[in-house]
Amino acid sequence: MNRSLLLTLAGLVLGSAALVSCKRAPDKIVIGVNAELTGSIPVAGQSCRNAAEFAVAEINAAGGLEVAGKKYPVEIMVEDNEDKAESAAAAAQKLVSAGVLAMVGPNASRNAIPAAEVAEAAKVPMISPWSTAARLTLDARSNAPKKFVFRTAFTDDFQGVVAANFAQNYLKTTKPAVLYDVASEYNKGIAEIYGKTLKKKGIELAAFESYTTGDKDFSSLLTKIQQTGADSLFLPNYYSEVPLQVKQARKLGYTGAIFGSDSWGSPELLTLCGGDCEGLFFTTHYAPDIATPRAKEFIAKYQAAKGKVPDDVAALTWDSFGLLFQAIQAAGKLDRLAVRDALAKISNFEGVTGSMEFKGTGDPVKSAVVIQIKDGKFTYFQTAKP
Amino acid sequence: MRFYLQQALNALQVGSVYALIALGYTMVYGILTMINFAHGDVFMVSSYVAFFVATALIGSHLALPPAVVFAATLLSSMFATALLAVAIERVAYRPLRRAPRMSLVITSLGIGLLLENLAIAFRPVGPAPRMLPALIPSTTIVVGGVAFSALQVVTIIVSAAAMLGLDALVRHTRVGIAMRAISWDSALVPLMGVPVDRIVSMTFAIGAAVAAVGGTLYGMTYTIDPYMGIRIGWWAFISAVVGGIGNIRGAMLGGFLLGAVEIFTPVFLHSSTYRDMVAFSLLLVLLVFRPTGILGSPAAQKV
Repeated sequence: MNRSLLLTLAGLVLGSAALVSCKRAPDKIVIGVNAELTGSIPVAGQSCRNAAEFAVAEINAAGGLEVAGKKYPVEIMVEDNEDKAESAAAAAQKLVSAGVLAMVGPNASRNAIPAAEVAEAAKVPMISPWSTAARLTLDARSNAPKKFVFRTAFTDDFQGVVAANFAQNYLKTTKPAVLYDVASEYNKGIAEIYGKTLKKKGIELAAFESYTTGDKDFSSLLTKIQQTGADSLFLPNYYSEVPLQVKQARKLGYTGAIFGSDSWGSPELLTLCGGDCEGLFFTTHYAPDIATPRAKEFIAKYQAAKGKVPDDVAALTWDSFGLLFQAIQAAGKLDRLAVRDALAKISNFEGVTGSMEFKGTGDPVKSAVVIQIKDGKFTYFQTAKP
Repeated sequence: MRFYLQQALNALQVGSVYALIALGYTMVYGILTMINFAHGDVFMVSSYVAFFVATALIGSHLALPPAVVFAATLLSSMFATALLAVAIERVAYRPLRRAPRMSLVITSLGIGLLLENLAIAFRPVGPAPRMLPALIPSTTIVVGGVAFSALQVVTIIVSAAAMLGLDALVRHTRVGIAMRAISWDSALVPLMGVPVDRIVSMTFAIGAAVAAVGGTLYGMTYTIDPYMGIRIGWWAFISAVVGGIGNIRGAMLGGFLLGAVEIFTPVFLHSSTYRDMVAFSLLLVLLVFRPTGILGSPAAQKV
């Protein structure tokens, strides 16, 4: 009994000694990946992991990442957060204790926000590729910017404005209507910013109707919207609900414009919608068919390595790793605080999802793209600059 | 006026589906005084049967006209769902017929969970929402400012036909008479040579087939997923209680009433979020003043 206890203790001491020595003379860079590998959005989590593996494989093929004259091999440590807030925080905690230099992920705001609290408390730099909720990078109590939490996506504050500009300038809407899920923070946030921005421009909303997650019949609300004579309909809702809303609106005889936000960007939308979504627009992070040479190169290589076209999450994860590599090199040492400081100062990062600039906070200044659904495909339409 | 006519039409479409499912609750209650909470999930299965049959027929080389595919889809979904309901009754409910009613109710909740999780675990179904192929042209006719979509018209007509057929069956056929007799007195009727087990099986089969009509029409209108039966099942159950559980015409009336609640709540209140509150409040108020529902008659306690 005593002997086994002694042995365990000895093991613990040796183990921690190994950890300490590892910290003193690091011979590799370990980056944590906190992804939604199971749960309701496994496609997003797999894209995140694939892109992370791909980014690391590429840098290692070049002999590793060169920091202050020495090349270090890069490793990733992947943790599944099950698309649950509590598991996301636990996964972040696990990565922190394993001694990672920085973390990438989670992707959905509902998981990224709790993980960000852990990262901030432990002073470990974290980049969420996909989360757009403004709260991610803000302190829960003081509302001041968090120090260690970054993202590569734009925020919903920006996206709502982009959508409003698009409605005014391209759709020339005079009677805009909104139908959104009041029970989901993302949908509600964008809908409200969209409405406020239009009001500032002097365009009054014709209708601002809401429903609850899981609804499938929108005929009552759509009839109400139709009644107001609305000429545009903004649907900042998830891809599983949008096809029903579009189909039902058309069945009720609504012929005006319909458009949405980055939650539309799943191939599932096209499957469920059939021909009814043809010609519609939505705002998002990136369009696989835009012709920047850097994006083209990434898409071709990723496709060759992983056998599919990179989606939003894959492109944003790739950019997260690019940012992180640039920051580690700029920091010149493998130190969490130095990496954090370097990240906050990146003034020009040319990513696959566009160029980004950090001005001391965790939110990048970057463009959004407008996509049109054409011939059953997501097609680049225009870019919206901040 | 046009606006309210349009909303009334919307309510008729939504209410049809509630009414069709409510019938299954009310028939089973009538004959066994048991609430079959698996009924909403049986409805879910019927939508998936319709989904697979329709997809297979549309994708096959037979090149059948859509109307034939629709009829084949509807009939095969009704048949398969009826078989499922009979099997559930035989395996899970019949051994408990003499047990306390609560055991039956809990068993039915368990069967419902089983069906949901089997659907998710079964690879071709899975958790992702699906949509049936379009079997009915997506044309919309505007009459006097009210938009009638072909699907809406078909839904209302097919549901009405199913309900009238059921009503006639219960009132005029031997099986219907036997069902009503058992619900009248389940102790005495078997002594008169009525085969109770067979009639109970028939009741489950008919209730499920009628729900399958709703499931097919629902699947053509909305997306389907393994959890779809929960909310709709609850609403159909409230429909049955509001109309007077055990009463077939009451279930139909209740279904259309709940359809109207669903559609008219957001017309008068700001968001459809208040819908459940309105529906359950209606149920509570009604139960205070008419504990047996609108058309239900007070149960005479036999001594």
